[in-house]
Amino acid sequence: MVGEALAFYLLAAITLASGIVVVTSPNLVHSAVALVPALLGVTGLYILLNAEFLAGVQVLIYAGGITVLILFVIMLTEGATGLRVPQRNEQGPIGAAVAGAAAAVLIAVATRTPWAHGAGVLPSYTPGAIGESFLGPNLLLFEGTSVVLLVTLVGAILIARKED
Amino acid sequence: MDVMPWYVEVLRAIVGTIIIFSAVAIVTAMLGVLLERRISAWIQSRIGPVHVGPRGLLQTVANTVKLLQKEYILPRNADAVIFSSAVIVVPLAALLDYVVLPFGTTRAGPLIYRDLNIGVLYFAATSSLIVVGILMAGWGSNNKYALLGGLRSAAQMVSYEIPIGLVLITIAMLAGSLSTVTIVNAQTHLWFIVSQPVSFVIFFVAAIAEVNRAPFDLVEAESELVAGYFSEYTGMRFALFQLGEYGEMFAMAALAVTLFFGGWQGPVLPSVVWFLIKLYVLVFVFMWVRWTYPRFRIDQLLNFSWKILIPVALANLVVTAFFVIVVH
Repeated sequence: MVGEALAFYLLAAITLASGIVVVTSPNLVHSAVALVPALLGVTGLYILLNAEFLAGVQVLIYAGGITVLILFVIMLTEGATGLRVPQRNEQGPIGAAVAGAAAAVLIAVATRTPWAHGAGVLPSYTPGAIGESFLGPNLLLFEGTSVVLLVTLVGAILIARKED
Repeated sequence: MDVMPWYVEVLRAIVGTIIIFSAVAIVTAMLGVLLERRISAWIQSRIGPVHVGPRGLLQTVANTVKLLQKEYILPRNADAVIFSSAVIVVPLAALLDYVVLPFGTTRAGPLIYRDLNIGVLYFAATSSLIVVGILMAGWGSNNKYALLGGLRSAAQMVSYEIPIGLVLITIAMLAGSLSTVTIVNAQTHLWFIVSQPVSFVIFFVAAIAEVNRAPFDLVEAESELVAGYFSEYTGMRFALFQLGEYGEMFAMAALAVTLFFGGWQGPVLPSVVWFLIKLYVLVFVFMWVRWTYPRFRIDQLLNFSWKILIPVALANLVVTAFFVIVVH
């Protein structure tokens, strides 16, 4: 249990520290690169919760896919000049106050709610169960998400295509 | 699985890291570079390195000692943080692959650092992190050639991850598991290369592109981009990128052995020897291809992935899924 607690605090610290860099760094590329340790920290938390499949997908899609996409877009649009774009303006204190209030409310809610423990035990091999859930009880959600992604893809191609 | 105290687990991770790192550094990077030079020399009717050590065997050791003594140059306009940290990301992502590769079997069980039940997914995830390191190196160098190499690599590796992923799903479906050990055990009677030849061809082509080797070496095309994303790196940092590259190539070859050639299985000889034989045969094919075919253009490369490999891999996946359903 001590190890688990240590791992949790270490991962949480990594996630939070990189998250702060993501939102405060004046350099867009630094922000995007700092996303990687933040996402990997969340991956570690998934592993602590015995959700290995989710952890694998998180690294594959977010750390290795989305981050690369973000970096790619930044480098193409900015001409790689390393422009320093300040991420803060005069509304900083108000934003910080709102964020702090929201965090306080969330922490209060999370600590005061009597959380129900899930019934049953985790299967030792979750990918199969996840697949069955996607194509069984959650079929409509799964197909809905697929359609949304497909529409996004077609829309992106339509916008990017030059009119002949 | 037996639960160990957490500090034993941490200690085991540290020892495992040191063993994997040194083994990979010696076996893949040193031997790999030497093999590459000897094979390229043989294909081009040259002699290759012969002077250092018996038959030139110590050439890479000498080169490593030389690189260790070199100065670390940070270009004036480079982004210091990104430039320096990219060096760690690339070899680290490559070395992480080795956690799930089974090298052989003993009476106590398979010789593997950790048989994860998401084995091949883990492999795909860790190797996808290499792109981040390459992009960081390309952008951090503040050099147009390095940046071009980095951008090409992002487009290329993201495109070729998809056919690899589809092949991994196909094989996992046949074996009924994502675990590498279970996949090897499923090939006791018939290697997947026999039942899934199309998958193997797709995997091998995509693997060559994933590890940025000729004919898909646009990322570091010497004749156009100096050395691509690592043009600006000197000394041991340059060597670490080489380690990452060769480590990833050997990992891809080892994954191909695991997925298609029955892993460690074979008659008479010890399992580790069989694994190494198969591994080095595949590594030889990688090098043979590299020194035989000329480089593709970037549009040919991307079109090939999106218009040929991915549709074929998808069709193969659907047909395999159909057969798996019929059999069960």
